Amino acid sequence: MLAKVYVTLKTGVLDPQGKAIHHAAETIGYQGIEDVRQGKYFEIRLNPSLADDQARTEVEKFAHDVLANPVIENYRVEIVR
Amino acid sequence: MKFGVVVFPGSNCDHDTYHVISKVVGQPVNFIWHKEENVEGYDAIILPGGFSYGDYLRTGAIARFSPVMRAVTNFARSGGLVLGICNGFQILCEAGLLPGGLLRNRDLKFHCEHVSIRVERTDTPFTIDYREGEVLSIPIAHGEGNYFCDEQTLADLESGGQVIFRYCDIDGRITDEANPNGSLGNIAGICNRERNVLGLMPHPERAAESVLGSRDGRAMFFSIADYLTERLKKRA
Repeated sequence: MLAKVYVTLKTGVLDPQGKAIHHAAETIGYQGIEDVRQGKYFEIRLNPSLADDQARTEVEKFAHDVLANPVIENYRVEIVR
Repeated sequence: MKFGVVVFPGSNCDHDTYHVISKVVGQPVNFIWHKEENVEGYDAIILPGGFSYGDYLRTGAIARFSPVMRAVTNFARSGGLVLGICNGFQILCEAGLLPGGLLRNRDLKFHCEHVSIRVERTDTPFTIDYREGEVLSIPIAHGEGNYFCDEQTLADLESGGQVIFRYCDIDGRITDEANPNGSLGNIAGICNRERNVLGLMPHPERAAESVLGSRDGRAMFFSIADYLTERLKKRA
């Protein structure tokens, strides 16, 4: 069982790295790229004996307490069997 | 009185801070290893600058879970003085002992230079030896010093007099040009509501002796010592 956690900056939080990447995309000449926001992606291997809702609760807590800083970031959890 | 300087794997300003307290201020000081679970007997604890745990995940994010931080949190909650410098400030924010967080500098550059900061408040144990409005020359050295918090938190910090230092020009004017990293409100340092926990990005320990080009930072350490002397006198 696998948990996928996506951590992204909240709307309104300046993302200078995303801006730099966007600027590079424009310089190279990619078309239609209006904005880039950089985030983090985690793959977490879980013990298969965990029930789905238990796994979700555990990983949500992990994401909230450790993987993301809720002051500046949002997170999204996916559980994949 | 006794000072403690916490040492995390990756701290690199611990010896500078120790030196200033022992040789410049002349007070007893110990290093506290990050695995220590007990900080009894200390009057002030300093979280020094550096790159604790390689800044992995986020600056200060891993250090915050080290055993010593549980003890430091209890120490702070019971009124102990805690000063976080640079990475120490980032750790205090991650630990929730100070509000907000520190983002990547807006220009993506690591800034290592002397900046001017203005003393906004002298009613904290860390700033009693300064004058309000005094402009200090103190070095910064960080890539993530861009202070951020939500609007309500910022309003609370301002109304509570918790913004203690702001980036300014040499005449003390708060301008965007004088803001090295994009911090909201030119914030360089804040304290908690109880005023016993202070975090700042500039390095006062690197500006405590004339040979280093500025001694404007030394009053921060003398303030703590003077405050503790008074407090210990009252208790005696």
